[in-house]
Amino acid sequence: MKRYSAFAIAREAARYHSGWERAWRAPEPKAKYDVIIIGAGGHGLATAYYLGKNFGITNVAIIEKGWLGGGNTGRNTTIIRSNYLQDPSAAIYEKSRSLYETMSQDLNYNVMFSPRGVIMLAQTHHEVRGYQRTAHANALQGVPTEWINPRRVKELCPIINLEGPRYPVLGGLWQARGGTARHDAVAWGYARACSDMGMDVIQQCEVTNIRREAGKVVGVDTTKGAIDCDKLGIVVAGHSGDLANMAGFRLPLESVALQALVSEPIKPAMDVVIMANTVHGYLSQSDKGEMVIGGGTDGYNNYTQRGSFHHVEETVRALNETFPMLSRLKMLRQWGGIVDVTGDRSPILSKTPVDGVFINCGWGTGGFKAIPGSGWAMAELMAKGHSPLTDEFGMERFIEGRFIDESVAAGVAH
Amino acid sequence: MLILNCPCCGITAEETEFHAGGEAHLKRFGPESSNEDFENYLFMRQNPKGVHLERWRHNNGCGKWFHAARCTMTLEVFGTYSAQTYEPPKEICDIISAKRPGWSWGAFS
Repeated sequence: MKRYSAFAIAREAARYHSGWERAWRAPEPKAKYDVIIIGAGGHGLATAYYLGKNFGITNVAIIEKGWLGGGNTGRNTTIIRSNYLQDPSAAIYEKSRSLYETMSQDLNYNVMFSPRGVIMLAQTHHEVRGYQRTAHANALQGVPTEWINPRRVKELCPIINLEGPRYPVLGGLWQARGGTARHDAVAWGYARACSDMGMDVIQQCEVTNIRREAGKVVGVDTTKGAIDCDKLGIVVAGHSGDLANMAGFRLPLESVALQALVSEPIKPAMDVVIMANTVHGYLSQSDKGEMVIGGGTDGYNNYTQRGSFHHVEETVRALNETFPMLSRLKMLRQWGGIVDVTGDRSPILSKTPVDGVFINCGWGTGGFKAIPGSGWAMAELMAKGHSPLTDEFGMERFIEGRFIDESVAAGVAH
Repeated sequence: MLILNCPCCGITAEETEFHAGGEAHLKRFGPESSNEDFENYLFMRQNPKGVHLERWRHNNGCGKWFHAARCTMTLEVFGTYSAQTYEPPKEICDIISAKRPGWSWGAFS
């Protein structure tokens, strides 16, 4: 792999950019791999990358039904933060956030990580208490966040209207080291690095069956033929239930549609990320100048990657009160992704009843921020059989009643 | 946008008038049940690609609960029926069978 650098740009500029090579290979599947990862989204690619980087396991295939990063990795609002309430969440999300800081250097690929700061607005007294509690919890966890008053919110985000009649801004939870990154670049950067280590990223290849012998996985059947493996990682977000069916076990998940939309591009107006969980609205301004807006989920099971229009309307209506300047913006695009939601709104990183099959799912509405941490932890789980980051996230926690309850912690919108 | 008919009051309206209530026909397990049964009741869900039987409430109308049969791949609503039943009525099953031959959902098909 030729490294990207300022020198490389100068070199290519001198020869009409004729020397750039493909960022990753497009191989046909081999007959057998040590590890197969199903799902070439951010989490799947990151898992493969850290298997190679941290554990030297490079005989790996990442197989993908559609195209690389075409699911939720390419459909989210790119927010990165780690201000969760529960200790296991804080550990894995903070690991993830810290890995984002050096990701561009690690991957030799510019993921445009922008630690511009994230404010989670408190717009009810319930949220004020919740976020103050989270700020204290974060202090104990070593995650730097602080509770800020409305005046400070206004300083950080001058376009905000503090005095909304329905949803006044009562303060916020401020994480200065949170921010955004370029979502496609995260997937592309990992794919390039995986390919460089000799791993095969196989796109347009759908898994149709998971073959087992004596309770152990032996391979998968795909639309490009049968592939054998010793270990299998299922990292397919909204489609986890379907793959679990093929492997013969059930998951405590429901798949629902989550929507986002962007406005026409405008001049720089806001240099922080705002999350307003009361009204299910997330707002940031992209480098192109578009206002990127995330909405809430539909309440019903859905695999169509599109959601209900009235949710968009509700989100925009509520944000208009808090950000009056948005009312004149035209919205350019709207899309949906299928997110898999667990009962406690925390992910599942776990062994499964099938020997050799590992699952990473249930990130629900907040998976992008977790990509590197999730991959790091999942790789350790798959290589060593356990990881301090995943110990609490096993699927047995539901039967044992050991929830990592972020749904009442207001760390997650729902 | 889904169009649902409330079998309780007979009104046909779009989804903003209703509220989704999750999977239907869950068998309730309470005290004295096994851990597996209780986990199944509380957390495990069919989450199918295709035919889904689910609960809805006519929030902004009569306020009553009912059941709907719907496809999660196309959002087509096959029909709605009373919540006072342990299984989908035959006419609903017939409609689904006509449109999705060979369908199954949990114990029903």
